[in-house]
Order: sequence, then C-alpha cells, then structure tokens
Amino acid sequence: MDSNVSSNSSAPGRSLVSAKVVIAGGFGAGKTTLVKSVSEIPPVSTEAVMTEASREHDDLSSTPDKVTTTVAMDFGRLTLEHELIMYMFGTPGQARFWFMWDDIVRGAVGAVIVVDCRRLAECFDAIDYFETNQTVPYIVALNRFDGELPYTVDQIREALEIAPGVPIVDFDARDRNSAGGVLKELLRYTLSRKAEPVG
Amino acid sequence: MRNRRRRGARIRPYTFTGGRTRSRHPLMVQTLVSAADANAEVPSSLLPESRRIHQMCRETRSVAEIAAELKIPLGVTQVLLSDLADQGLVYIHPTITGHSPSENQVLERALRGLERLFQ
Repeated sequence: MDSNVSSNSSAPGRSLVSAKVVIAGGFGAGKTTLVKSVSEIPPVSTEAVMTEASREHDDLSSTPDKVTTTVAMDFGRLTLEHELIMYMFGTPGQARFWFMWDDIVRGAVGAVIVVDCRRLAECFDAIDYFETNQTVPYIVALNRFDGELPYTVDQIREALEIAPGVPIVDFDARDRNSAGGVLKELLRYTLSRKAEPVG
Repeated sequence: MRNRRRRGARIRPYTFTGGRTRSRHPLMVQTLVSAADANAEVPSSLLPESRRIHQMCRETRSVAEIAAELKIPLGVTQVLLSDLADQGLVYIHPTITGHSPSENQVLERALRGLERLFQ
C-alpha cells in the first residue's frame, strides 16, 4: 500500500499517523453536536463536489446544470497521543447523499450511528448502509438529549432490527465525556471484533 | 470499477487536474500529508492551487483540512496532492484503517488515548 509513498524517514513528524471514525445517523440526530463535543478544533466543514455522483444519480441526468452541487461534511480532530491523530467525519444526513458515504467511510476504523429516539425512522438509511457495508464495525448511540429514553434498548434493537452483537449505548451528544464514551465504546468494539475471526 | 466516461458539463475545478478525478496515491480524507522538505522553495512551475497546498503542507495536515482551509473541493485536492507526491514534494503518512492485524497496537494506543481524555 505504501509502495508509492516517497520515503524520507529522517524528517521530523514522519511517524505521525491518522485514523478515522465516521459519525452517521439521520438528519438532526446530533452528529455534528457529538463531533463538536469531542473535537479539539471547531468542527470544520468541507465540500465535495458531486461529480462522481453525477454518473450514478438519475436525477441529475434530467437537470444537467446541477452537476456542481456540493455536499458539505463536518469533521473534527482529536490528538490521542503525540503522533496519533483521530478524525471524526460526519456523513451528510440526507438520504439522497448516501452515495457519498463510500468515500467518507472507506478506511474508517469504525462508525457510530447516532439515533434520535423520537425519530427512529431517520436512521434507517444509515443502519442499512453499515449492515450492507460489512467492512466497517459500527455501534448505535442513542442521543437522549434532555430527557430519558422513551424506549428500552431492547425495544430499539428490535425496532431497528439491529444484530444482537452490535453494541447500543445511550449518551448525551452535548456532554463531552458522554460523547467521548461513545468513541471509547466504538474502539473497544472494533478491537473485540478483530480478536475473533471474521467470516 | 467505475469506468463510464463522464459526459456533459465540465466542472471548472477539475480543469486543474486535467479531468482526472481519482488520485493514484492512497489519499483518504483523514490521510496526513506533509512537505517533503518544509524549507524548500515552492517550485514556480506549480499551479497556484498546488503551490498553496504545498505551502500548507509545511505543517502536517489531513487532506480534509487542506481542502477545507483552501476551499478546494476534496476530489480536486486529492488529485493535486497525488501529483505533488509523484514529484516527491509531499510525503503521505500511513493511515490506520484497522484492517490489518499489525494495526492492533495502534488501535489499542488510540483507545488508551481516549480513556485518558474522557473520564
């Protein structure tokens, strides 16, 4: 994989490595809030031009002037150690941008699907995506906002048809330690999955 | 994989990249890049966009940070960075994807880092 990488290992900072986790979920579920709570920088928004999509998205063929549509995605950063940086990328919430997820998700060490329990249906696309994807481990994080969860974890697992092994945690996206706890849970899950052979 | 040629309107930013939309190097949004020699003069032959990217790479940054800061679309940033890497001007850092068992140690370090940061 690194065959094309120019090598000059004497320069400072060369041992810096990065990893990425993806924060997915429905529109308004609290993805950006989670990123904001844990990030050491204010969340940054960057734009991806929808060119790749224009090949696959039928809607565009009927509206050729629309090819320059851009999709914004938010990301934050965490320096975990001196030379280890983790980025958190939020996926665009609207379902019609799901095709962009491949680029965002590729190479992620894991994903968090943020769920607003008052609007469960909003996260169906994200769950479908990661169930189909299979390569990136994911956990489900129920954002309890102010109050209590209106359902039990078991009820939610059933309603969303989430596989028994997938962790479901509840948290408050606005609370730094609570949001950080979700990331810890995700990494523990990623590591536990690697411990057992995956078919 | 996706070989179908794009038809129709051309998007201006991609004229910088000769129409290429894929980079040859493993550049993901989180991939860190840094200038091969932070003190080197930026070659004057570079496009202004590539020059700005090279300038930013004097400090190690991710592809996404460069795209956001310079307001260049991600895909274009990836292709221009790939060209800079071809010319030996930028160094592409390894990215941990968790797919190789050799990365377990790094993932464990990451978890310990999180445990330290969030109680």
